[in-house]
Amino acid sequence: MAVAAPSVAGTSPRGTSRMVRHPWLSTAWRAARTLRGVVGLSLSGSIVLIAIIGPFVTPDPPDALLTLTFAKPSSHFPLGSDFLGRDVLSRVLDGGWVLLVMAALATALGIIAGAAAGISAAYLRGRSDALIMRTVDVILAFPQLVFALLLLSVLGPQLWLIVLAVGLSHAPQVARVIRSATLNISERDYVKVAELQGMRPRRIMTSEILPNLVSPLTVETGLRLTYSIVIMAGLSFLGFGQQPPAANWGLMINENRTGLPLNPWAVIVPAALIALLTIGTNTFTDAFARVAIGIDRPPEESALIDELTLRESR
Amino acid sequence: MAVTDAARAVRDSLADEHPILALVVRRLAVGVLTLLVVSAVVFLATEVLPGNAAFAVLGRGANPVRLHALERQLHLNRSLADQYWIWLSGLFTGKLGVSLANGQPVWALVKPRLINSAVLVFVTGLIGAILGVALGAAAALRKDGLFDHVASVSALTVTSLPEFVVAIALIILVSTVVFHWLPAVSLLAPGTYAWSEPRLLILPVATLVIVIVPYIFRMMRASMIEALESDYVEMARLKGVPDWRIVLVHALPNALAPTIQVIGLNFLYLAGGVVVVEYVFNYPGIGQGLVFAVDNRDIPVVQFIVVVLAAFYVLMNILTDVIALLATPRRRIAR
Repeated sequence: MAVAAPSVAGTSPRGTSRMVRHPWLSTAWRAARTLRGVVGLSLSGSIVLIAIIGPFVTPDPPDALLTLTFAKPSSHFPLGSDFLGRDVLSRVLDGGWVLLVMAALATALGIIAGAAAGISAAYLRGRSDALIMRTVDVILAFPQLVFALLLLSVLGPQLWLIVLAVGLSHAPQVARVIRSATLNISERDYVKVAELQGMRPRRIMTSEILPNLVSPLTVETGLRLTYSIVIMAGLSFLGFGQQPPAANWGLMINENRTGLPLNPWAVIVPAALIALLTIGTNTFTDAFARVAIGIDRPPEESALIDELTLRESR
Repeated sequence: MAVTDAARAVRDSLADEHPILALVVRRLAVGVLTLLVVSAVVFLATEVLPGNAAFAVLGRGANPVRLHALERQLHLNRSLADQYWIWLSGLFTGKLGVSLANGQPVWALVKPRLINSAVLVFVTGLIGAILGVALGAAAALRKDGLFDHVASVSALTVTSLPEFVVAIALIILVSTVVFHWLPAVSLLAPGTYAWSEPRLLILPVATLVIVIVPYIFRMMRASMIEALESDYVEMARLKGVPDWRIVLVHALPNALAPTIQVIGLNFLYLAGGVVVVEYVFNYPGIGQGLVFAVDNRDIPVVQFIVVVLAAFYVLMNILTDVIALLATPRRRIAR
C-alpha cells in the first residue's frame, strides 16, 4: 500500500532504495541539492546570519555621531558614514534583525490563518465555505501594501500593527491555494474511511488533511516570507516601520539616498542585503516547488492554474 | 420560495442562451457587492480612531469651540450610519469633504494625481505587455538555448526584488553614481500633469516595467512551449505550413489567452506598486498622495484614495476574467 509516498516524494527512482523518510524531508533534501536550492539556501542563510550575529559585533555604537556626514569609506569606517555621520557598517549589522523577526511573524500569522480558513472552507463546504471565501474576496480587493497603509493611517506607525496587517493580507491568498488543494484531498479514500469511522470534522482536518498539505504549505510559506520581507522593507523605506534613530535596512536606504553622489555605500549595502535575501528565499522556494510538483513550473503559474480550475469548479 | 424559483428560472434561461453575458452579469453583481463591503470596511477602519478625527487634527490642547465646529464640519455629531451614508453618497457626487491637512477639497487635490497615476499605469502596462510577450515567445522558440536560460534566471531573480530596490538601482546607474543622464527625482509640483515634463516618466515607467515583465515573460514562455508541442502545431508542421505561419497564426494566439490573464494580474499589481515607486521618484500620483496622507493622518484623503484603488482592483479583476474567457474558445464552450 505504498500509494501516498511516491506521489509526494516525486519521480526519482533513487528515492525508493533509500531508507523510508518523511516525504517532506526528502523533498526538502532533494530541493537543497539542486543548483537553485544551493544558491537560494546559501544566499538567504548568509544574510540571516549577518542579521542575527550583526548586532553583537558592531565596531561602533550604531547611534553614535562619529564623523562628518556622508564620509567616504576609510580604514576606521569601512563603509563610510551616513547622513548624520554615523558608522554605516555598524548600522548595517544592527539593522536587519527586526525586519526579519517581523517578516517571520507576519508569515506565520498569514499561513496559520490562511490554512485554517482554506481547509475549513473546502472541508465544511456550504455556508462556511461561502462566508470564508466572500471574506477572502473583500480582503483581496485591497493591494497588500495599501491594506497595511490603511491600518497605519488610523493608529500611526506601530510594529505590531504592521505584523498584523501584513499577516492578515497574506491569509486570503494562502486560503485560496490551500482550499483548492484540500478540495482534492477530501475526496481521497483515507478521508472517507475516517469519516465512516465517525471521526469528528475537526480531527479529520487536523490529523488526516493537514499532514497532506505540507508541500503546498511549504511553497506558500516561502512565497509569503519573500513578500513579507518585500512589504516590511517597503514600509520601512516609506518611513512607517521602525522610527529613527533605529537602524533598519529599508529606512537607511531612504535616509541616505540624498547622499548617493557622496557615499553611495550607505545605500548600496542595505539595498543589496535586502535584494540578496529576497532572491535567496524566492530561489529556494522555487527549487522546492519544482521538486514537489515534479513539473517544470514556477510557483506563481501553478497557483494561477489552481485558481483557474478552482473558478471552473465553482 | 416561489420568488427564488422564478429568479433561478430567469438566471438559468439567461445562462442557457447567453452563457458569457450571464457570467459577466454575475461577476459584476458580486463585484459591486464586494465594493460596497470594501467601502464600509474602509470607512469603519478609519472611524475606530481613538478620540476622533477632529481631535486628531487639532491636537491635545484643542479649543473646545473649534473642536465643536470641526466636528460639525466633519459630521462627527451624527450617527455612524448617517456618517457612512454622507460619505458614500459623496463618493458619487464628488462632495468628498476637505483635506484635514490643508483644507482643500479632496476631489480637487486627488484628481490631477489620479490622472498622473493612470498615465503611469497605462504606459507601463502597454510597454510591459509587449516586452513580456515578445521575450517569452522568443525564449520558447529557442527552448533551453542560451537566451532562454539567461532570461529565465533573470526573471526569477527580478521577481523577488522589492520595487524600491529596482528603483534605487536605476537611480544609482543612470542618475547619480555611474551616469548622470536623467533627474533622480521629479520636481513637478503636486497638481501639475506628467505630460508637461515627459522625461520624468522614464524612470518610474522603467522601474515598473522591470518589475512586471518577468511574470508576463514566464507565463508567455510556458504557454508558448505548450502550444508549440501541441497536436495542432504538429499537424500544421506535417502539412508543410511555413514556420513563421505556425508561430504567428497557430501557436501565438493560443499562447496569448492565458498570458492575458497574467497581464491583467499585473495591472492589479500596479495598483499597489505605484505607491512605493511614485514616492521614490517624487512622482505626483495617487500613490505618493496616499503616503503623504497616511503620514499626515489626513483621513478623508486616505479613505478616498484607498476606495479608488480597491475599485480599480475589483473592476480590473472582472475585466481580466471576461477577456480571458473570450480569448479561450475551449473554456467558453465548456460552460
